[in-house]
Amino acid sequence: MILQAIAFYLMASVTILAGLAVVFARNPVHSVLFLITAFFSAAGLFVLMGAEFLAMLLVVVYVGAVAVLFLFVVMMLDVDFTQLREGFSRYLPIGGAVAGLLTLEMIVVATTVASQGAASASPGPNASAGADVTNAEAIGRVLYTDYVYFFQAAGLVLLVAMIGAIVLTLRHKPGVKRQNIAAQTARTPATGMTIVDIKPGEGISE
Amino acid sequence: MPEQTVSPWLWFGLAIGQILLITVVLLISIAFLLWGDRKIWAGVQMRKGPNVVGPFGLLQSFADLIKFILKELIIPAGADKVIFLLAPVITVTLALAGWAVIPFAPGWMISDVNVGILYLLAMSSLGVYGIIMGGWASNSKYPFLGALRSAAQMVSYEVSIGFVIVTVVLLSGSMNLGDIVEKQSGWFWNWNVLGGGGLKNLPMALVMIPMMVVFYVSALAETNRPPFDLPEAESELVAGYQVEYSSSAYLLFMLGEYVAIVLMCAMISILFFGGWNPGFPISFMDGWNETARSFVLFLVFATKIIFWFFMFAMAKAIVPRYRYDQLMRLGWKVFLPMTLVAVMLVAGWRVYGGAL
Repeated sequence: MILQAIAFYLMASVTILAGLAVVFARNPVHSVLFLITAFFSAAGLFVLMGAEFLAMLLVVVYVGAVAVLFLFVVMMLDVDFTQLREGFSRYLPIGGAVAGLLTLEMIVVATTVASQGAASASPGPNASAGADVTNAEAIGRVLYTDYVYFFQAAGLVLLVAMIGAIVLTLRHKPGVKRQNIAAQTARTPATGMTIVDIKPGEGISE
Repeated sequence: MPEQTVSPWLWFGLAIGQILLITVVLLISIAFLLWGDRKIWAGVQMRKGPNVVGPFGLLQSFADLIKFILKELIIPAGADKVIFLLAPVITVTLALAGWAVIPFAPGWMISDVNVGILYLLAMSSLGVYGIIMGGWASNSKYPFLGALRSAAQMVSYEVSIGFVIVTVVLLSGSMNLGDIVEKQSGWFWNWNVLGGGGLKNLPMALVMIPMMVVFYVSALAETNRPPFDLPEAESELVAGYQVEYSSSAYLLFMLGEYVAIVLMCAMISILFFGGWNPGFPISFMDGWNETARSFVLFLVFATKIIFWFFMFAMAKAIVPRYRYDQLMRLGWKVFLPMTLVAVMLVAGWRVYGGAL
């Protein structure tokens, strides 16, 4: 147990410190890197709780794909930080209000769960609490049976978002040269070349 | 391997010991694989390759190691020092971390994670950070361009690798690498590349053989190997993200790349070619000493890794480099639809094919 405790305190403190550093880092690239550290140690906390499937998904999806794109964008931005800092006092009240509200909500949820346990969302007939079921299998059993409509709806929302992003950014620019591989490989000497008989001293007009 | 019944500190010590053992064995084998790599290219190009240091030039990698370590480490003036130095370390660490779940032989793995295959996918997808951070921290244009290219490239090919892994998981019914290997024991027609699960699953070979090829090509792209070494592309970007790196930092990048390549070779062997299964029933080994049996099976696994490493080296020697738009086209317009269809076919076969 002592190893678990050490690992927990290590990863929990890294998560919190990295979270603070995300906000306080001066360089946005450093912020994103701290965010990645926070994701990563949060995944470690999931593993400690025995939710290794969720942990790996967190790493693959957030750290491996989403955060890479964050980093990608932030690295290419040329942000003027002194200008950003100017509005600090102006935005402080509204930002503080949002942060306070979120903290309040989290305290309420945490105390409720601590005193009454997590709300029992009436686990369906397919949910199994067997110890021999790996947690990927346990998630799959409820996700594709009891919650299949929610799952499909989430998928549809993502699909709409994806198509929306493509529609918003798709532009057919005229005059862009693209490679047409079929046309290129179908070229023969007959279609790709002409033989012209040039008379001496005349050159080719056209 | 060790159960939690032993004292936690002993367990901790054992785990550290195993990690050190695997790391040391791996790094020493990489020194020789690197030599083999160079010999293979040399052979294809009708050169001799390294042949001066030691017999047959076998100690060339160690000479290179000493050369790298003794050189001066130059940090560019405008570089972000911490990230600049962190990037190569991250590359190596992540590449080595993947080996934690590889089953080398029956019972020979550091960590028997239930979602081992996802862990491998996660570690290989994180490899991109070393490159992006290195490219950005160098504060120079060529490294940055190389880093951007690599980010797009690795994220794209990760998608097809993920789907290929899904087909294998569907066939094996498990994400535990040990179970996946165990499922492929017996004759070689139980290997996943031939459909897995014996002769009645043989029609799936029509899907799985292309999947194996897709995985191999995606692995080349994911590890930035030629013909997909566009992040480096020395003809356009000098050396891409590692232009500003010298000495040990460069060595770490190279090392990380090779560790990742060997990891990919191990993954192909495990996912498609039965891992440590030699391809015929191994019941005659039942009476053997446990360690001897495991060692022989480990040699089988090592042989498969070496074969795939040879294939990686041949790809570098033979295939010309892709253009960037061709690379993206291959990833998104060819591999992604192919693997999606394959996932559907395999899932359909598992449900309606009547074969389990």
